[in-house]
Amino acid sequence: MLDLTYDPPKPKVIAGAKHDWELVIGMEVHAQVRSRAKLFSGASTQFGAEPNSNVSFVDAAMPGMLPVINEFCVEQAVRTGLGLKAQINLWSAFDRKNYFYPDLPQGYQISQLYHPIVGEGEILVDMAPGVARKVRIERIHIEQDAGKSIHDMDPNMSFVDLNRTGVALMEIVSRPDIRGPEEAAAYVTKLRQILRYLGTCDGNMQNGSLRADVNVSVCRPGAYERYMETQDFSHLGTRCEIKNMNSMRFIQQAIDYEAKRQIAIVEAGGEVVQETRLYDPDKGETRSMRSKEEAHDYRYFPDPDLLPLEIEQAWVDAIKAALPELPDEKKARFVKDFGLSEYDASVLTAEAEAAGYFEKVAAGNDGKLAANWVINELFGRLKKDECDITDCPIPADRLGQIVKLITKGDISGKIAKDVFDIAYTSGREPEEIVETEGMKQVTDTGAIEAAVDEVIAANPAQVEKARQNPKLAGWFVGQVMKATGGKANPKAVNEIVSAKLGL
Amino acid sequence: MSIDTDTAARIATLARIKVEEDALPELAQEFNTILGFIEQLGEVDVEGVEPMTSVTPMRLRRREDVVTEGGQQDKVLSNAPDAREGFFAVPKVVE
Repeated sequence: MLDLTYDPPKPKVIAGAKHDWELVIGMEVHAQVRSRAKLFSGASTQFGAEPNSNVSFVDAAMPGMLPVINEFCVEQAVRTGLGLKAQINLWSAFDRKNYFYPDLPQGYQISQLYHPIVGEGEILVDMAPGVARKVRIERIHIEQDAGKSIHDMDPNMSFVDLNRTGVALMEIVSRPDIRGPEEAAAYVTKLRQILRYLGTCDGNMQNGSLRADVNVSVCRPGAYERYMETQDFSHLGTRCEIKNMNSMRFIQQAIDYEAKRQIAIVEAGGEVVQETRLYDPDKGETRSMRSKEEAHDYRYFPDPDLLPLEIEQAWVDAIKAALPELPDEKKARFVKDFGLSEYDASVLTAEAEAAGYFEKVAAGNDGKLAANWVINELFGRLKKDECDITDCPIPADRLGQIVKLITKGDISGKIAKDVFDIAYTSGREPEEIVETEGMKQVTDTGAIEAAVDEVIAANPAQVEKARQNPKLAGWFVGQVMKATGGKANPKAVNEIVSAKLGL
Repeated sequence: MSIDTDTAARIATLARIKVEEDALPELAQEFNTILGFIEQLGEVDVEGVEPMTSVTPMRLRRREDVVTEGGQQDKVLSNAPDAREGFFAVPKVVE
């Protein structure tokens, strides 16, 4: 396996009124496990159901109900850990995080503070070809989601829906290795891509399947390097946590705003207060969540309803053996095996389905040509039609046939676009289209010669000009292509035109 | 460690238990008695002893990823002081 090599990106520098500042960002991403049932109950996780219909008595915290763990959810956390090259802890345990909120009927969230199931790993965050940040993962733990409160249905009341209560989340915690708003968004993009490859989370940010808490602090240039050398946080500034963001754009805007806010405080001689903040996309600013501060004493303790979670190495090994090829490896293989640029390989491997489609198109074809057709023609068309690769109307083997027809010289690249259009809209076989519509490229030199002779005979003035200025030969090529309905082989036309004009 | 009345009041607030001002000194004293007992336990040498998590040699029970419950909105809401249109209705909580 060929490993691509990367340089780390430069950290983002923000100019303050007095001096330059750098950002230090760590992220906690909550990823909803793609399970049918909840983490500790048999209620459904289906999104958008009738309120309070996917609720068991465990989720509603009825007295005497006991949690029983969903083994599939544990497996997905292990799978995710392995996908992030992380350490898997065969012994982990559940703790109660205590706080009161209407959407948390238990009065506590079952989480894993002291002994998470997954330990240290890493994610390579791609920024540009040859440039990537290695972000360390501190841990992944399993926990319950809370319910949903709706505040706009009544002037005096909040409405609570417990359908999401108890759904399994994986909280993926990074080290403070992210150095700018763009890197933060790229980190979430890469994490989402890996989760989708693994199939452990659907990554749907709009439905809240993936939400990010962002820890932001600012420091003077050089301070971060001292932190990295010593792992001593005192070299870094005081951080603020911006909660619960589910859009890449908001994540970037919030970080940008928050960094500037902190810089202004410090430069004015003040001190940043460590606190939880909320991003308001309408106003484009972050503001303090004071209520959250009051309840910040969560009084964690081991959950007495649950024994420690012990798993076997053999089980972990079996999960590992069944892992799919992951984005980094796939990209490196595409570069090596198909001779693609890193950029094209990135585009093709963004989604596992698209990568699989490309491989089928490329089978028996030139990889670069296949990549061009998939990226430019197919992706372009799908985007225009707002269609997903999984609903692509033209099967991969048919696009492969079109590429093959070009390679064989049966059709020109220009005609191929027409063939593609017909195949895409009608579902017909490319070979049949070329045959029926008479689109086959004319390589018969006799026929081309005849067409060239005709054009030369009809345009004596142009012939004179072209003999003076050989650049004008292109005009003849164009006329011949036009006369043959674009079916003449352009290379052959070129040669014959040059020969006949005596150039 | 010693619990004063302020700490006792804070713990009561966190637990959402209403304790009258004049009952706080006694509550603080009770906490101190409990903590005193725990400190006494701390004197036992447990070096190298694994924490006991269960008195029976059991493995954490697992369930399969199958939907077995739900569709009981009426029962779930039946004890709610106020419920409207399928939701629990609670006094407004806005961040």
